[in-house]
Amino acid sequence: MPMIEVNGRQVTAREGGTLLDALRRAGIQVPTLCHYEGLPPTGSCRLCVVEVEGAPNLVPSCSFPVSEGMRVQTHSPRAVRARKTIVELLLSNHPDDCLYCAQHGNCRLQDLSEDLGVRQRRLPGSRTRLPRDISSPAIVRDPDKCILCGRCIRACAEVQTVAAIDFTGRGSGTRVDTAFGEGLNISSCINCGQCVMVCPTGALTERSHLDQVESALQDPDLVPVVQVAPAISVSLAELFGEKPGRDVEGALNALLRRLGFARVFDTSFSADLTVMEEASELVARLQGAGPLPLMTSCSPGWIKFVETFYPDLIPNLSTCKSPQQMLGAIIKSRFAGIQGIDPARIYSVSIMPCTAKKFEAGRSEMLRGGLVDVDAVLTTRELAELVRRRGLKLGDQAPEPADMPFGRRSGAGKIFGASGGVTEAAIRTAHFLVTGRELEDLTVEPVRGPEGIKRARVQVGELELGVAVVSGLGNARRLLDEIREGRRDIHFVEVMTCPGGCINGGGQPIGTRPGAITARMRALYRIDKGETVRTAHANPAVRSLYADFLGEPLSGLSHELLHTHYEARTPLR
Amino acid sequence: MIGPISFTPAGDPAAIRRLRRDTVVRPVVLVGTGTCGLGAGAGRTLARVKELAGERGWDLDVVEVGCIGLCASEPLLDVQLPGRARLCFGDVDPDKAEAILASVLGGGAWPELPLFQFPAEDHTPWDGVPAIGDHPFFAPQTRWVLKNCGLIDPRSLDEYLARGGYAAFRSVLGSLQPREVCELVERSGLRGRGGGGFPTGRKWRLALETPATQKYLICNADEGDPGAFMDRAVIEGDPHRLVEGMAIAAYAVGATKAYVYIRAEYPLAIGHLDNALEQARHAGLLGHDVLGSGVDLEIRLKKGAGAFVCGEETALIASIEGRRGMPGPRPPYPVTRGLFGAPTVINNVETLANLPELVARGPEAFAALGTAGSKGTKVFALSGKVSRTGLVEVAMGTSLQTVIVDVGGGAPGGKRLKAVQIGGPSGGCIPADRLDVPVDYESIRTLGAMMGSGGLVVMDEDNCMVDVAKFFMDFIQRESCGKCIPCREGTRHMLEILQSITRHPRREHDHQALERFQGVVHLEELAGVIKDSALCGLGQTAPNPVLSTLRWFRDEYEAHIFERRCPAGVCAELLTYAIDPALCNGCTRCARVCPVDAIHGDPREPHVIDQTVCIACGSCLEACRRGAVSTGAGRQTCP
Amino acid sequence: MNRTVPDILAAHPGAGRDALIPLLQEVQEAEGYISRAAVAELGTHLDLPASRIYGVATFYNQFRFQPLGRYHVQVCRGTACHVKGSLGVFAAIKRTLKIEDGETSRDGLFSLEVVSCLGACGLAPLVAVNGQVHGEVTPESVVEILRRYRREGAVA
Repeated sequence: MPMIEVNGRQVTAREGGTLLDALRRAGIQVPTLCHYEGLPPTGSCRLCVVEVEGAPNLVPSCSFPVSEGMRVQTHSPRAVRARKTIVELLLSNHPDDCLYCAQHGNCRLQDLSEDLGVRQRRLPGSRTRLPRDISSPAIVRDPDKCILCGRCIRACAEVQTVAAIDFTGRGSGTRVDTAFGEGLNISSCINCGQCVMVCPTGALTERSHLDQVESALQDPDLVPVVQVAPAISVSLAELFGEKPGRDVEGALNALLRRLGFARVFDTSFSADLTVMEEASELVARLQGAGPLPLMTSCSPGWIKFVETFYPDLIPNLSTCKSPQQMLGAIIKSRFAGIQGIDPARIYSVSIMPCTAKKFEAGRSEMLRGGLVDVDAVLTTRELAELVRRRGLKLGDQAPEPADMPFGRRSGAGKIFGASGGVTEAAIRTAHFLVTGRELEDLTVEPVRGPEGIKRARVQVGELELGVAVVSGLGNARRLLDEIREGRRDIHFVEVMTCPGGCINGGGQPIGTRPGAITARMRALYRIDKGETVRTAHANPAVRSLYADFLGEPLSGLSHELLHTHYEARTPLR
Repeated sequence: MIGPISFTPAGDPAAIRRLRRDTVVRPVVLVGTGTCGLGAGAGRTLARVKELAGERGWDLDVVEVGCIGLCASEPLLDVQLPGRARLCFGDVDPDKAEAILASVLGGGAWPELPLFQFPAEDHTPWDGVPAIGDHPFFAPQTRWVLKNCGLIDPRSLDEYLARGGYAAFRSVLGSLQPREVCELVERSGLRGRGGGGFPTGRKWRLALETPATQKYLICNADEGDPGAFMDRAVIEGDPHRLVEGMAIAAYAVGATKAYVYIRAEYPLAIGHLDNALEQARHAGLLGHDVLGSGVDLEIRLKKGAGAFVCGEETALIASIEGRRGMPGPRPPYPVTRGLFGAPTVINNVETLANLPELVARGPEAFAALGTAGSKGTKVFALSGKVSRTGLVEVAMGTSLQTVIVDVGGGAPGGKRLKAVQIGGPSGGCIPADRLDVPVDYESIRTLGAMMGSGGLVVMDEDNCMVDVAKFFMDFIQRESCGKCIPCREGTRHMLEILQSITRHPRREHDHQALERFQGVVHLEELAGVIKDSALCGLGQTAPNPVLSTLRWFRDEYEAHIFERRCPAGVCAELLTYAIDPALCNGCTRCARVCPVDAIHGDPREPHVIDQTVCIACGSCLEACRRGAVSTGAGRQTCP
Repeated sequence: MNRTVPDILAAHPGAGRDALIPLLQEVQEAEGYISRAAVAELGTHLDLPASRIYGVATFYNQFRFQPLGRYHVQVCRGTACHVKGSLGVFAAIKRTLKIEDGETSRDGLFSLEVVSCLGACGLAPLVAVNGQVHGEVTPESVVEILRRYRREGAVA
């Protein structure tokens, strides 16, 4: 363990570690922009420069190895002046439109200029003006706000292995762009929004549906109905300054009613519905009806990933729509029928932790009789913004229950928000469907946790079921390559596009504290544990929907409303 | 036991003498067909010579040679008659070639005097022709690296071997351990000729001492500095020297694979080098079990795709690996983790081309030449406002004065020498009154410049130093890889400041006047931060052209900023334009092109420019066919 | 004679990422520029994303994304050329051909490229047309040189 001296203080560093690592562990804050936890340093932003005795120039702490006896000054006038000038240089070529920026108040560049005491535009200069890319249904790119830290590229290429974007050009003409500068919509982008999550400025944001939702809420001819994804209730509170992992489901229901939604439904209900359909599909495929392994289809980024990069595996995808689309379809069919409302008058909104859901809602396969299943998708962030726009506060709301019947859910539907949740829910139901008995212990521990690839073997009656649970598409790619090469011992594959699942989706709060993802995950499992109904097949609302409307899983009506199909895509990839 | 090199005339002294052209049996005509020769028309001259030989029935050997260095007099044509000293003629166009050959071969009076002759034993000298050693361009030179350039046929391995080629490699392979070669080079004091001046032997030893199953040697022949063409000339004129140098270096560091990263803009050099590598493979000098030594060496060519920053070691490696040429953090250094993660030594062409001579003469002889810290010779590419442009090799310690005035002949046309730009975009400008500085890594650095790879661009009184600084900042901000913020944004910003101080006052908007006044202050401050915090060597040295011109020519900056004039009369927007009534015939051409209607006058009457409206765009100057528009470096009035 | 992209790729079976730039060079040599289709084929052959290939190609000066003109004009903007007035030469070329750096004229006759140094600084300022170097050009003489090529092109 090398000892180094930082600002006159002895600090113990890790052997072979970087200086930045040592500083962070000692609680010394050095700013960074390009640093990406868990990936090798690129050393491009130079904000983490410090003075090291004996080095002729300032040294980037992110890539500099520690050595015994090293003497470091992190906040010497020289280091601070360099950092400040670097930020001033960025600002000099930045549109000064913070007040209008979607990331206002949540921007690393703003924080840095504040922390470094930038109080005037000292380095005036010309600004690059480039068109925004608004081609994508999910993500908007504003190259003028891009500071070329490269984090989006790394999220896209190294984490998700999609690589829709890369650096192009050189020198002051460097950009982050798609191949041939084409729109994101025709690139290989899968809309996951992980780039948005790591962007330190407002260069990458979700395609906002706020304005259209607001005007729908004002329209007396429309019946606004909302559904809320399982991960939202354990994430939203962070955007109102509360600790990660706090469940605010009741207050959230109340808020949505105050916003003017006529009905508040829970996507966890349709998650239960998905389990019924998907577990039945699994059982059918185990009996020979269709290829194995069966791969889940709830995560729209993953779907587009398979369509683009693994079109040969499309037959392995479950034909089930995602819970969002299932509930959307049920709302415009069953709910409209019960209420006697013209489905065209229903304005169906979903609150999702996801940007790809915006793309999914607009897929042509989701059109039925000229109507889409879901009219607008708001991310967790957009919901918080809508709440603020209306002058409402989360903390003021007394808890209220969701509306029946589609507000009723089981614990199984709720854990869909975490990677492994779908599998655990499906195993609980598949076991029941195959054996007619409940699992002794409903908890399937091996598929829980933050790991990128989890594998388990579960005894379901006679059969030892092989399951693989993956989150993050880089991990998915590894697994798919194994399957392509002939791996046969896996029957069921759950893939969540975003690392950790929907709790870390591209629509979630940006700049979360370390540990927030695990806190959200723990919250979901805590809720499940406290539920009396913990399996989809035991959800009374699901049972009555089948009894009164759908018939049985995989019925004709089920197929019409709850299942879909996919198409191979050939973008420039 | 090291085997012999497969070499047909080995052991036949007469044949070797013929290859060295110590004896020629019939007249030989040698035409310099390097890139600069071809650019000056050597191709046409060569074609004419061949044509003439046929027409007149002359029994000639026509040989294409590389560049001897005297670019200013290209195309160069040499004639060697049996028993006589070889003659060199300059500026030889096809007509002149005909006259020269007719007179030399036919024995008549020469149309003009040759530039010089090559004295040699057994060759009768010509009367009244200076020897090459007495020619002012060559007299001060010490040609070790350029020894064969312009003398031998670069496409012939035999000619290289006849002049002792590959003997150094063979002796190293046969008698020295890799460690001993590193030590030998370390003892010689050879330092990297690419710019940084890192001790070559020490670099090698670091790589040699890093344990690995695979090591690489890379020859950096990207020569990105504008104004530098030393490497091109060496490869075009004597490619085997580089191949031999690489073979020695690869053996010393334990590399079995080597790359030459060469600019795609050098097709001729690529062709010659490719040919040389093929010949070396064929002769058993490369490939598996070189000369029976048990050592393997494979050398491959990689064509650069045009990026200045790829001269930086980590960027060059990225480029060979097929990535964007963006430098990476150092450490780890390439000698421990370089190409494909393996220990890699990167040397530039001149460094490697020094090795055959260094080994042949011994490290002591090499170290005897030069100054305390800088040993051997240095090749320079002399260009710009200098009478004799070309390729020059002088002993370290020679003054720049000697190089520019004695060798180069100073500024042409009686103009006053102002400065010399050394070291390319990373270097700086040295003013004329400091040219007594010796060629030496440290001495040049004390003047705010750096040795760099050897480009010397001479400037005279007609050059504006602010304009020169602007040129370099423009170059750097385009060639910056764009990765780190200080370099990408900082150099762009420095360029904008320089643009603002050379902008016409009437084109200044809003706060731009203030920005101009702050210019110098901001320039220096920004330069400091960029030097201190940029990621790579390119970024850290990017401000040098501005800093060095600010240091030596601050008065010129102040004239631009405060007086709004360009003393050298270069910055177009700071000039005043006037029409000479005696020359103007009232054709109205200028008035029609003026974008701000500042020119008045009746047709067929002399026109005048309204100075209060003129924005100094220069359109009238271009439009006038009678030369009636003149410019002055007068002070621009603010409106 | 005319090699296609599949021909080029077939000559490099099992090529790795380090073959990317040489392959781009070969493709450009064969087709004159880097097309969208070529990027797609390269991507499949080398198992590299298109964005990455495009990113690499746009990093280097050499690569173009528009077909070359019959006469490819390279203007040297090196230091020696600059101090000898290459800016004026460049301006005269742009004015005459009515194209900017990296562009090809509408009639397909000329394309223009600024290069950082042609390496024959002794003859500055320099212009090269289809690789043939013209030394010590002036704004006037370069117009005449281009006119010659235009005449030659019109005849051919």
